[in-house]
Amino acid sequence: MDFAIDVRNISKSYGDVVALGNVDLQVRSGSVMGLLGPNGAGKTTLVRILTTLLRPSSGSATVLGYDVVRHARHLRSVIGLAGQSAAVDDLLTGRENIQMAGRLYHMPRKQVQKRAQELLEQFDLVDAADRSVKGYSGGMRRRLDLAASLVANPPMIFLDEPTTGLDPRSRLDLWEVIRNLVSEGTTVLLTTQYLEEADQLADEITVIDIGKVIAQGTAADLKHQAGSEFIVITVREAEEAKRAAAVLEKFADNDECEINEEDRTASIMVQDGASIMVQVVRSLDAEGIVVANMAVRQPTLDDVFLALTGRTAEEAATESEPTEN
Amino acid sequence: MIRPAQIQDRSPVGEFFSAIAVEARWIISDTFIMTWRNLLRYRRSPELLLFSTLSPIMFIFLFNYVFGGAIPTGDLNYIDFLMPGILVQTTLFSATTSGVGLAEDLQKGMVDRYRSLPMARSAVLGGRVSAETIVSLFVACLMLAVGYILGMRLHGGFWPGFALPFMVAGFAFGFSWVSALVGASVRNPESAGSMMFFVVFPLTFLSSAFVPIESMPGWLQPFTKINPITNAVDLGRSLSQGGPIVEDAVITALWTLGMTFVIGSVAVWRYRKV
Ligand SMILES: Nc1ncnc2c1ncn2[C@@H]1O[C@H](COP(=O)(O)OP(=O)(O)OP(=O)(O)O)[C@@H](O)[C@H]1O
Ligand SMILES: [Mg+2]
Repeated sequence: MDFAIDVRNISKSYGDVVALGNVDLQVRSGSVMGLLGPNGAGKTTLVRILTTLLRPSSGSATVLGYDVVRHARHLRSVIGLAGQSAAVDDLLTGRENIQMAGRLYHMPRKQVQKRAQELLEQFDLVDAADRSVKGYSGGMRRRLDLAASLVANPPMIFLDEPTTGLDPRSRLDLWEVIRNLVSEGTTVLLTTQYLEEADQLADEITVIDIGKVIAQGTAADLKHQAGSEFIVITVREAEEAKRAAAVLEKFADNDECEINEEDRTASIMVQDGASIMVQVVRSLDAEGIVVANMAVRQPTLDDVFLALTGRTAEEAATESEPTEN
Repeated sequence: MIRPAQIQDRSPVGEFFSAIAVEARWIISDTFIMTWRNLLRYRRSPELLLFSTLSPIMFIFLFNYVFGGAIPTGDLNYIDFLMPGILVQTTLFSATTSGVGLAEDLQKGMVDRYRSLPMARSAVLGGRVSAETIVSLFVACLMLAVGYILGMRLHGGFWPGFALPFMVAGFAFGFSWVSALVGASVRNPESAGSMMFFVVFPLTFLSSAFVPIESMPGWLQPFTKINPITNAVDLGRSLSQGGPIVEDAVITALWTLGMTFVIGSVAVWRYRKV
């Protein structure tokens, strides 16, 4: 098998904080790998190691056949990185930002100019191209950062939370750009905190938690582990939630119903929520339970996490925060 | 097209030197690009240049008219005595911008972009330092023009006078590497800025820049005499007013080269490790 990324037993510690512990990861050429994890899981640390910004404490990794430590210089000329915070230069215009990146990839001047124009068009930045980046919105900065990382047409690209801070429309646009890249054969590694995003873009997903890989597979595999969907019923009175739960249990995949008295909700895991919704409502009605609201919810990172680790992603993020002593 | 035969013909030694030649070419072209980028700051906001020239010009006026009469400078007019000193001080202050800018890039994550590119690592620092040196040269020439209006004259001849702005810019170039090292170590533009202010400000006053060393208390004189800024200022004075230059020129050149190569290497090393 031809792997674009081959990570063997990589660890990285910052003093006492273990950011990554014995991580293994293989990414097939031309595929999209989604690295999914809560705050502090170690996503950025792994991306920084693979893009030569950080040396691993132990273990080895190759990207496109280049060792990330020994062949760092060569590796840099064949990868693109759009980091977690947009690295754009406020002093320059959008066009100059892209051109400068191109020149520093050592591309010929003519080719850089042509490529910059292409990218400005592709990322909808033509109108702002010759304005100083100082006045760009957060979304424009992200798009420019991504454009600059693509200037040399690298066969491998790293995107660290590319859609964080984007509005829903820009997010969809960016997904489209990433899909186009993949259709041209680029290998992509992207990190995200959203299962939905990984589901939309990635061929394969790796879930990491406190520096450890805890699951690997397709989105469908992961969702399956988390129970495919949730039906969430909200009742009028808190006491009714228990009665509703008794009814709902029968429909649940695992015969369990989770009650949240505060929110007056009862929720169950099911395979296909929409198809049994009507039956659920009828049964509740027959018991005389008044339903205030009902919804079918897709599983989130939280659900996957809960299923895999027994705690929510939010709890995991708080735990991995370095403790002061 | 490169013929494969040509590559095979190369001896390992030839291979080594051609690799070095390629490397050197990239270092130069990358440094050039980074210099251009840093100079763009002034094209975008020319008022920055205005501020960095207005305050030294204000100092020329204040020193000349407020202290001028009270400071005995032998057979030199005070303005003739003052100008080399204030040129050195101003260009040293302007050199601190290198470190502040570098710290700013590090803090804003701009450096992550550079470090993920196949560019020469030293070019990020080299570009900063070169850009500030060009600005220093410009500011020095402008200040000389102001000095001329206030009555300063080049009594040491045309060519030594012509060399004066280049000499102070060269010394500032050396000091830029010190400032780059501070910037790469501190990584916070405000701290880098104030740290260097506390170095440059006292060091320039504890030199021959504004008053003759002989007028200082005896216990202070040994320090002011070994202060390299004294050598740079004295060299500037000899260039503009005539006088022996060799000793000061050698000492100033050694300091400049030392700061460039020794401190510069440490700064590049620090930056690589970030
Ligand atoms: N420079 C550093 N010094 C000390 N600890 C660090 C450093 N960088 C990261 N860490 C720690 O390493 C762990 C992993 O951090 P990392 O930034 O890789 O997480 P992440 O998954 O990218 O999180 P986020 O979603 O917040 O971006 C965290 O516990 C973090 O506190
Ligand atoms: Mg991160």
